[in-house]
Parts: sequence; C-alpha cells; structure tokens
Amino acid sequence: MASITLDQVSKTYPNGQTAARDLTIEIGDGELLVLVGPSGSGKSTVLRLVAGLELPTAGRILIDGRDVTAVPPQRRDLAMVFQSYALYPHKSVRENLAFGLRVRRVDAAEIDARVRLAAATLGIEALLDRKPAQLSGGQRQRVALGRAIVREPKAFLLDEPLSNLDPLLRVATRTELGLLHRRLAATMVYVTHDQEEAMTLGTRVAVMRNGAIEQIGPALALFRRPANTFVAGFVGSPAMNLWPGACRRLDGRARVASAVCSIDLDEAGQSVPDGAELVAGVRPHDIDLTSDGDVTGRVEIVEPLGPVTLVHLRVAGLPGEFVRVIVPSDARIGVDDQARFRIRRDRLHLFDGRTGRRLN
Amino acid sequence: MTLGATARTTARRWARPVATGLLVAAILFPLYWAALSSLTPENRLFAAPALVPRELVLDHYRALFRERDFWTPVRNSLVVAGATTVLSVVLGTVCAYALARLRFRGKAVMLAFVLAVSMFPQISIVSPLYLLLRELRLLNTYPGLVLPYLTFAMPLTIWLLVGFFRQLPAELEEAGLMDGAGRLQTLWAIVLPLSWPGIATTAILTFLYSWNEFLFALSFTLGPERHTVPVAITLFRGQYQVPWGQILAAAVVATAPVAAIVLAAQRRIVAGLTSGAVKG
Repeated sequence: MASITLDQVSKTYPNGQTAARDLTIEIGDGELLVLVGPSGSGKSTVLRLVAGLELPTAGRILIDGRDVTAVPPQRRDLAMVFQSYALYPHKSVRENLAFGLRVRRVDAAEIDARVRLAAATLGIEALLDRKPAQLSGGQRQRVALGRAIVREPKAFLLDEPLSNLDPLLRVATRTELGLLHRRLAATMVYVTHDQEEAMTLGTRVAVMRNGAIEQIGPALALFRRPANTFVAGFVGSPAMNLWPGACRRLDGRARVASAVCSIDLDEAGQSVPDGAELVAGVRPHDIDLTSDGDVTGRVEIVEPLGPVTLVHLRVAGLPGEFVRVIVPSDARIGVDDQARFRIRRDRLHLFDGRTGRRLN
Repeated sequence: MTLGATARTTARRWARPVATGLLVAAILFPLYWAALSSLTPENRLFAAPALVPRELVLDHYRALFRERDFWTPVRNSLVVAGATTVLSVVLGTVCAYALARLRFRGKAVMLAFVLAVSMFPQISIVSPLYLLLRELRLLNTYPGLVLPYLTFAMPLTIWLLVGFFRQLPAELEEAGLMDGAGRLQTLWAIVLPLSWPGIATTAILTFLYSWNEFLFALSFTLGPERHTVPVAITLFRGQYQVPWGQILAAAVVATAPVAAIVLAAQRRIVAGLTSGAVKG
C-alpha cells in the first residue's frame, strides 16, 4: 500500500474548462479519502489524474514520494473501480479477475489461487464461469471490486462505485466496503456525490466545488465546524438552515440580527464590524420547538423520517425559504399549526455574508 | 370490426412479404438466368428462352477450365483480393484505433486527408500509377495490384473502423490500462474481441471491392498469367464471336467464393451494420 500526494495540481481542458484548480492533497498510507461534491465539481477528474487517465496541466502527482506525473496508467499499479463497472463483456468472471495478473505474467497456479481468494472474499465463487451479461447489478459491482483487489495494487480508486445499485443494496455494500478497507488496510480514494456515503466511509472527507477543495478533514469535523456556507449546506442531512443577516451593536455588544433570530455573538464575533453582512447557520436538530420559544412560524410540511420528524416552518420576514426543524417522531404537530421555536445559541454557525467564510 | 377494416388489415399483413418477394426476385433473377444459361448447350442459347431448362450440360465449365485455364485468373484474384484484405484490415485496424482513441495533434486533418485520398476517380490516377509502378518494376506482379488496391481499401477500412471503435465504451479500455495492459495489449485483448462484427464487415467489403476491381487490374497486368477474374472474363470475347456460355459460366464461378464468404459471415455483417442502432 502507498501514500498519494497531489502537489499544486491543475487541470484545464482544451475547451477552457477548469476541472482542478491548484490542488494539494496528501493521502496517507491506508487512508480512505472521500472526494465529495456536486456534479461538475471536478472530483472525478482528480481521480482520473491520480489514475493517469488524464494528464495535469500543472503540478505533480507522487505515489510513495515518487513523481509519477508522466508515468502512464498501466505502470502506476493502481486499481480503479468504474461507475459503469467496465467489466470485459467477452470474458468470464474468472478471466475478468485474472486479466490484470495475466498481463503481469504471474504464473498460472498463483493466478488461480489469488482469483479464488478474491472471489471468496467477495462471495462470488459461484459466479466465476459466468459472463458479465448474466450477472445482476450487485454481482457486477462485486466482480468490479474483485478485479481491483485480486491485483493487490498500491491503492484503490473508486469512482461512484455504488451509484448504480438500489438503495438497500447500496447501504449494505457501503458497510462491506468499509470492512474491506479495514481488512486490506488499503489506501483508497473514493469519489461520490452522496454526502451520507462520504460521511460514513471516509477517514477524511474533501468537499469539492468548481475544481477546488472547499474543506478537507475528518467527517465529523466537517459536520461540526464547516469552513464556509457551501460545506455547511452540503454536509449533513437534512441540510443546515442558513439565514442572511447583519451584525448590530446593542449596549456595545455585537449581535447577529436576522428575520429569524437575534443572538449575542461570542468573543470571537466581537471583532465583526457593525453593519457587516452575516449568514447564520443552525442545523435542524439544534432548534427546539417549545411554547416559550422566541420566534413563531407556521407549519407548512411535516415529513416523518422514522426515528425523527422533519418540520418545515414558514417564518415572517424570510420569504422563499423554510426553517427546517427536527422534532421527536411522537411530537404532536400538524400542518398550519403555529409553532414557537428557540435556537440553541451555542450551536450557532456564523459565516461572512460576502465571502461565505466561517467567523466563529 | 367492419369488412373494410378486415380487408385493410389483410392488405397490410400481405403488403410486406409481397414487396420483399418481388425485390428478392428482381435481384436473384439475373443470377438465376446466368446460372441457367451457363448450363445450356451453345446451340440452344439463342433459341426461344425457357424459364425451366430442358437440358443441362456442363460443357461450358469444362471448356472454361480445360481450354482456357480459368484456374489462373481465379488464383490471381484470390491472392490479390486476399492479400489486400489482410493488409488493409491489419494496418487499418491499428490506424483506426489510433485515430479513434489517442489524442494527438492534427487528428481531424489526418482523417479528412484519408478520406480525400479515396476521392480521386480511379481513371484519373491510372496513368500516373502506371508510370510509378513501371519505375518500381512492379507491373504485372501481385504487389503491383495489391499496393494500388490498398489506396482505396485503406480509407474505407479506416473510416468504417474509426466509427466502430468510437462507439465502444472508453471505460473498457481505461479498465484495461488500469489493469496494467499497454495500449497495444488493450487493443488486442479487449478492443478486438469486441470489434469482430465491425472487422468482419470491413474485411468483406474490402474483399468484394478488390475481387470486382477491373480498371487497375486491366491496366497493370500484361499477360494472362497475371490477369484477374474480371479482366480474364472480359478478354474471352474474340474478334468474331462472343462465347456467351463460357462467359456466364465464368461469372457463376466468380460469384461463388464471394457468395460463400458473405453467407458464412452473414450474421456478423448484420450485427456490424446494426450495432450502432441498438446500444447493448
């Protein structure tokens, strides 16, 4: 297994579109780094740059400290799992798994042993003589994984490997992938647009937008202290409430004032100049519905999620947006009720209104 | 359902088979007529024609192979068309793959150039090619025909195969690269096995072209020992008579290998021609 380093890597396509902007990422040995972001954020490009399927327009890529920027993909000794799986349709499952070893002239007995081991690991021994066309989606996904692990490569690159599975199978396979990562102690780079997948799988998570990394860190760190409004809105489900507001001084103390709340800023916030635009962020489960709450809203939608219920409130002065609140699933609440709520002040996230950067 | 509607449905049901039948008959009748005439004795050929033969004889075929040594042109044609097909498919496959998949400067220009080569009318390049081949001392040799044939076979092969390769999912080849196979190995182990329909189609079209080619073959061969089938048949006619029976027998013999190849590869050709229509 190996470490991977991207050193100030940029990729601009001939049509002028920039898919990666000056990225510097270090992926440690045995780490599972998840690249997450909306479509077009450049996450797949980063994966293809590491694979060698795309060449960077600037910067270097290192594997175990060795510069591989100019090394073609077939000599980087990395394995990739494609979103479409890309199984060889004319080869049986056994031949699909063996191909990478045969190319490397591993001897036949060794190939056979390793194919068996990989097949056993993934529970696909019974499928070895079938062709990909005779497999279900979940089985194809396993074969694609098997083709990667049988080679014992330096690192695994996974491009949305679960996005073609149905939801139930996706969650089950996600767990298995986590187990597999721990068992192989393998370096993995995992691309997804699903923030839940990112949160559950990643040793670290990198949130990408427009070819740049917005924030990188352990999943919970991103969740607890998002570095900007984009990460705040992207990570966590249901999404964080973000309200525009301004800084106002009252008795010499800075407060954030918006249609929904008026809250004293803590020490870190005292340096914000009076009148500055702010964005206040609160997660839906950091708002309590109580009869002595300080703001009132009208219930518009009630979504029972099972363990909890998500309530959408319409609040005067905040047109076009809901205040999302998580309440216990046994809460008695119905559409058109008037509800009072209170924000847990110590859970307030504060962002600069213009740059979107975190302030507290 | 009214009577009119029933009649319409019946008409619709029969329209297609009837149209197909007529078309097939129109195409096959000349062949049938040639085959029939080639088996009719010389003295009856110009008598009142009969759709059903009264007497079949092999005289013309016997004359063809005993008196005229028709084996020589058949062998020449097989060698020339076969060599052209093999060379053009092997070289064309590699060229087409590069043009379809690799990124390099001037690719579009090169593709346009390849097409431009095939745009010259044959008759306009016969004379310069003749002079060129004479200088190279290739007149009246097999390479002297195969090389000119490649000039029109290669553009056809390259354009057909570029189209075919482009519609294969690129991820399959990327998977091959990630598995550690180089470009050529990926081409050999992954792209080619998936491209058989396209390659078979291309090979057959090239073979047909070369087998039927007349102008170059007439111009660049000098004696009967190098004549190909179309040239040999044309030169059957003497000053005072045209041996129709033998000409038609030769035409049947010339059709046989082509028909055999096409029938053998029929399923693959159909797959090749329709493979763009339905994405599997």
